[in-house]
Amino acid sequence: MKNIKILGTGCAKCTKTAELIEKIANELSIAIQITKETNPEVIMEYGVMSTPAVIINEVNVHSGSIPTTKAIESWLKA
Amino acid sequence: MFEIFTELATWLVVDVFGLSKATKLGDALHFFIEDTTKIFFLLLVMIYAIALLRASMNVERVRDYLAGKNKGVGYLLGSSFGAITPFCSCSSIPVFLGFTSAGIPVGITMSFLITSPLINEVAILLLLSLLGWKFTLLYIVVGMSVGILGGAFLDAIKAERWLQSFAAKALARGQNSSAGLQSQGINTLSFKERHNYAKNEMLEIFGRVWKWVIIGVGLGAALHGFVPDGWIQQHLGDGQWWSVPAAVLLGIPLYSNATGVIPIMESLIKQGLPIGTTLAFCMSTVAASFPEFILLKQVMQWRLLAVLFLLLLSAFTLIGWIFNLLSPFI
Repeated sequence: MKNIKILGTGCAKCTKTAELIEKIANELSIAIQITKETNPEVIMEYGVMSTPAVIINEVNVHSGSIPTTKAIESWLKA
Repeated sequence: MFEIFTELATWLVVDVFGLSKATKLGDALHFFIEDTTKIFFLLLVMIYAIALLRASMNVERVRDYLAGKNKGVGYLLGSSFGAITPFCSCSSIPVFLGFTSAGIPVGITMSFLITSPLINEVAILLLLSLLGWKFTLLYIVVGMSVGILGGAFLDAIKAERWLQSFAAKALARGQNSSAGLQSQGINTLSFKERHNYAKNEMLEIFGRVWKWVIIGVGLGAALHGFVPDGWIQQHLGDGQWWSVPAAVLLGIPLYSNATGVIPIMESLIKQGLPIGTTLAFCMSTVAASFPEFILLKQVMQWRLLAVLFLLLLSAFTLIGWIFNLLSPFI
């Protein structure tokens, strides 16, 4: 199971990113565990400055915008 | 070049709605239509053009560039990058921490963060089209000076003492590690990637600011059409000293970005409000806002927040007074 974290200080885009990933995972019936991380200290530890950022199994795969559907599908299927 | 928008507004107001420009309503509506159409057009065209040029610019690269720069040039560079680097204000905290953990002094980081809301491409564009190049240049110089001097001041008083402890530790770690950062390779973008970036940027920024434009121009139009002619000129036109701090205080609870405020500036200046008072009001509205300060609480202690707040308020008041004094020469 993929452990996905969305890093961001609570902006609208972060929420949208999380919703989008959940929706796509549902459609593909891929089991994921998704959490939103808003603590600035934790975000700093991942070295992220542009939010929202997507961390999958502790690897930073994306930051700075809402990812595209295509990109999300490729991460989930990987 | 912009007459077409005046003509469009006249056509709509006079021919379509059948109002006379001599009436209050007709006059206000004319102002509203002319300014919104002009601003929307400029925004769409220029955001795209600018985004195309700066597609490969981001906060990560700015950080890598600023890390290790000496303080003298650091403030100037921090402030310049603040003016041209795009980032969402909801990223202020991660940006602050990213800079800090790279060992960049708090003052330089704050030069970046203070200048950023004051100056950006949308603001410059609006200023140029509504208030002319002289005023625009003045605004840029003043905005950057606030960022540069503010940053230098914060370092002079050793503001890093008052960071939250985890941020202070990150700063110390960053300054001690000589290993430096894993700089991202310089990625060259194809035209298609640039176009996509610019298109997204255009839609995103436009989606975010169009309502501010409507609100700002709406208020500007209301001022323009419904505040009795000469009222502002008569009561505040001489740049009475108290009117500047009053304008700054009034601007604090009002929260807007530069896009919404500039049409109001245009209207205030046309109504005879002195330039210094107008600048003070607008800068305070844009750069000193409670929501932003509450966010900063996560990385700064109350003491530093209070210092920063007072610093900005005194800077804006000072700017107001200086420009009111100088205005006969501008």
